[in-house]
Amino acid sequence: MNRSQLLDLYFLEARARVIDLAAFMDRVNRAEGEVDFRYQALKQAITELQSDDAGYARRVLLKFSDPTIEPSEKAAGKSACGAWSGIS
Amino acid sequence: MRYIEPHAHMVSRVTDDYVAMATAGCAAICEPAFWAGYDRSSPKGFFDYFRQLTEHEPKRAAKFSVPHFCWLCINPKESEDVQLATEVIDLIPEFLNAPNVLGIGEIGLNKNSRNELKVLEMHVDLAARTGQLILVHTPHLEDKFKGTRLILDVLKNDRRIQPERCIIDHVEEHTVDLVLDEGFWAGMTLYPETKCTAARAVDILECYGSEKLWMNSACDWGVSVPLAVPYAALEMRRRGHATEAVDRAIFGNPLRFLSQCPKFKPAM
Repeated sequence: MNRSQLLDLYFLEARARVIDLAAFMDRVNRAEGEVDFRYQALKQAITELQSDDAGYARRVLLKFSDPTIEPSEKAAGKSACGAWSGIS
Repeated sequence: MRYIEPHAHMVSRVTDDYVAMATAGCAAICEPAFWAGYDRSSPKGFFDYFRQLTEHEPKRAAKFSVPHFCWLCINPKESEDVQLATEVIDLIPEFLNAPNVLGIGEIGLNKNSRNELKVLEMHVDLAARTGQLILVHTPHLEDKFKGTRLILDVLKNDRRIQPERCIIDHVEEHTVDLVLDEGFWAGMTLYPETKCTAARAVDILECYGSEKLWMNSACDWGVSVPLAVPYAALEMRRRGHATEAVDRAIFGNPLRFLSQCPKFKPAM
């Protein structure tokens, strides 16, 4: 498919998702309390979308990922939250 | 349309899901051993689960003319307890000759801990000693990138392991090349929020080729879609992929990998 055809197929869906993201950020900003590393990771991930280089999905996923390689001493719980708590 | 569901936890699904999958053209369902949503209290709980996977669930599927296959292991979410894991792994060999067992899986890592790694190595050793195929679970979300690299190290460090007989599941855009570049097969799981959407899975097929990739629903007791594979086929058709390419992605590829186990026979 060419770019125009892809836009025909996916533009409205992508637009809706960006608006959902914006509304989520408004929702968080309206609420009381502090944001944590997850919100920070989200904002860092968004900056990747400004790049002119392809590979957006990979770079966004890496922004949320634990980049270390040493195994942890013990599994702390079973679930994942979607962002690496060590993000700076 | 025909398709193979290479990863579905049917013990957690209702019978209507079998009806829907059979109606959509499902020619075989493969069920890796999984976490029940709570920790089992003893190896006996796993013994009963392995009987469910090898005796009861194939009968349930057969009522809808769908062949049912399974993979056995103690899943990574219960692998922190090495003593329990050792006792469960000791139970597995007596089930390996069951007619629907395809291999060892879904083994792997969950939180990338040292104990999980020990248990992964024990499973890999069992698979190597008994000549079984391997299905690997990669961790969720922020743990996936690190876990995939650790898993690949374990598999590559065991010289008995043939990459073409291992599928590493739940890949996404940041891990798919790590897996394929080492000669392993890769699975994409179609979860709308926590793994791949159908659109992203088709992107990956387009970018990395369809040679050693498959798609699965991994439907279980959580939010998941048993018909995710046929929906992904629809996504491929919306993009103009030929019927043959769709068939290769959802039937031919899983058939090629799974047929390395002579017991695997889909409904044709």
